[in-house]
Amino acid sequence: MTLGIRSLRYAWPGEPDPVLDIASLEVGPGETLFLQGRSGSGKSTLLAAIAGVVEIGAGAVHLAGTDLGALHGTARDRFRADHVGIVFQQFNLVPYLSTLDNVLLPCRFSRTRRARAAAGGSGEPASAAVRLLAHLGLGDATVLHARALELSVGQQQRVAAARALIGSPDLVLADEPTSALDAALRDDFVDLLLAECRAAGSTLLFVSHDRGLAGHFDRTLDFAEINRAPRGRPC
Amino acid sequence: MLKLGLLSLLNRRTTFTLTVLSIAISVALILGIERLRSEARDGFTDTVSGIDLIVAARGNAVQILMATVFGIGSTTNAIGMDTYERIAALPQVEWAVPIAHGDNHRGFPVIGTTREYFGRYRYAGGRPLSFADGSSFTGPTGAVLGAEVALRHGYAVGARIVNAHGAGETAFDVHDEAPFTVTGVLERTGTPVDRMVFVSLPGFAAIHEDAVRAETRGADPLAIGKGRSRTTDSRVRGTRDRSAEARGAGARRASRDDREERHDATRGLEETEAHVEDHGADELEHLPGRINAMLIGLKSKSAVLSMQRFIAEYPDEPLSAVLPAATLLELWTLTAIAENSLRLVAMAVVVAGMLGMVTMVSATLDARRREFAILRSVGATPWHVCGLIVLEAAVITATGLIAGTLLFYLGIALASPLLADRFGLNVGLDTLSQYELGILLLVGAFGLLASLFPAWRVYRRTLADGLAMRV
Repeated sequence: MTLGIRSLRYAWPGEPDPVLDIASLEVGPGETLFLQGRSGSGKSTLLAAIAGVVEIGAGAVHLAGTDLGALHGTARDRFRADHVGIVFQQFNLVPYLSTLDNVLLPCRFSRTRRARAAAGGSGEPASAAVRLLAHLGLGDATVLHARALELSVGQQQRVAAARALIGSPDLVLADEPTSALDAALRDDFVDLLLAECRAAGSTLLFVSHDRGLAGHFDRTLDFAEINRAPRGRPC
Repeated sequence: MLKLGLLSLLNRRTTFTLTVLSIAISVALILGIERLRSEARDGFTDTVSGIDLIVAARGNAVQILMATVFGIGSTTNAIGMDTYERIAALPQVEWAVPIAHGDNHRGFPVIGTTREYFGRYRYAGGRPLSFADGSSFTGPTGAVLGAEVALRHGYAVGARIVNAHGAGETAFDVHDEAPFTVTGVLERTGTPVDRMVFVSLPGFAAIHEDAVRAETRGADPLAIGKGRSRTTDSRVRGTRDRSAEARGAGARRASRDDREERHDATRGLEETEAHVEDHGADELEHLPGRINAMLIGLKSKSAVLSMQRFIAEYPDEPLSAVLPAATLLELWTLTAIAENSLRLVAMAVVVAGMLGMVTMVSATLDARRREFAILRSVGATPWHVCGLIVLEAAVITATGLIAGTLLFYLGIALASPLLADRFGLNVGLDTLSQYELGILLLVGAFGLLASLFPAWRVYRRTLADGLAMRV
């Protein structure tokens, strides 16, 4: 099991009602899970809890055999850097960095990711990044060295995926990553992401309101069915 | 992290450049002030390095030192040649050189002295004067020029120069009846000697005698068209009165014609009085038999205090014996207030530059919240983000220090001719002194310290924002 959640409850600071109330959720190694839910239902908050960004009030989140609740501060940050890759809805690339530098960012902060990337890239993380980008259709030298803000929306989204996948993290969290893409690009992107996750052996937790994506994944869950909280709010 | 910091700064290159520029200017300013201060002090110390005592008519030590050695200002009274000869003959005295001053050549002070001056004067810890061209004067009409004087006016050996009365650059009373011929030009020393004109003591005195003669005959030495000052201030009147007392009422009543007839033969006292009336009290000190000061070198430095006491108690006339090094210390205490004020201003500019950097870094924090959230999402801890801010501040400060140092040297290169020309300050492109390096280190440390404030803010904010910051 890569991800295991037990009796998770979380309320935003100062608010009485929890936004998350999940009895149990498990995702196996290499599994691709599609979590569908309406906007504002707490999907992004769940991803934040899994990433260890927010302190959960009750329950437990186990990731790659580690109880995130037992980690504090910097240790949790480092754990996240080593084991989790995140693809955001807004791509969140650093605008002044090149495509290649954006992809290599996790390797700057995580020795584990750097070592894994180097092992898969002829000893150099950059080689692994170039190879990964080439698989995603961004192998052109002009694109590799272009600044993030010079890329098209589709290109930016694929760079964001490559950044999450570099160094083969145990878990890739994807938070509505296709909401800015049209239908054709959306399907292409999801296929690419799934292929790379499988190639890297990474588990994928993909959340979206778009039911049309469900067919691409190993398993689909309705977020409303697993989250018993009366209300949710966006992260 | 360094690459990340550099690329981030490059992304904000306009504010980065302006911030670096403000730090660079403040660093150049503080280095410049310190260099000028130290060069001025070193220059002054070098200038007096070979002189053990300066003897002059009783007066203010700083004034005597400035007038005698640096050619700045003048002393108000003179001493007799017999006094000079008696002191020079003392067994403790190795050498003594008479000094007469009060004239200028196009603003450069003219010093009446003897040939021994060129052999005895030492600067920069013991270096003797040497001639770049020609040699010392041999007769009363010869003149030796400091390097700057020759360079400024293109004089060479054989040139004829005319001196003017007084220390100011604007001459109203030109001794053009008595031109001097340049016999030698000194090598540059980096001391006020470079800005001096040396003539023989008899030559210096003679031009004033000649002026008296010409004047009392009715000839006008300024007939070439220059104006003339006829000072009759209280000081002159006082001197005149004292002269009159000394010489008796009969001399005062002597007619102008009588004086004209007698003065060539006798150099009479009446001429002196008439001359003083026109030229002021200073002129009295230029008459034969009187000098303004004497520079003394002792056989043993340990005799300085006993010599000073002897001269202070000299029975024939009131004298002061000035210790150059001690008087310089006195001068530094006088100038310390101005120096410290300048330092304070420079420090304030540095602080302003640093605050500018903190402001620049702080002002961008809000705009960069998303950037920090992205970095956090890919594994950066709040400490990484905090370190990034400190690193950026360090790069800004270091670039400012380097640019400021370059600006400082550029400023010196551009300003050194003017400083040497106008103020006699020879500021070279020397490497930074330990003190100056210390200033740079201090500014750098202050920059890093100042960066902790925005770093602390970003640390707290990054913790609070987490990955939730969305734009």
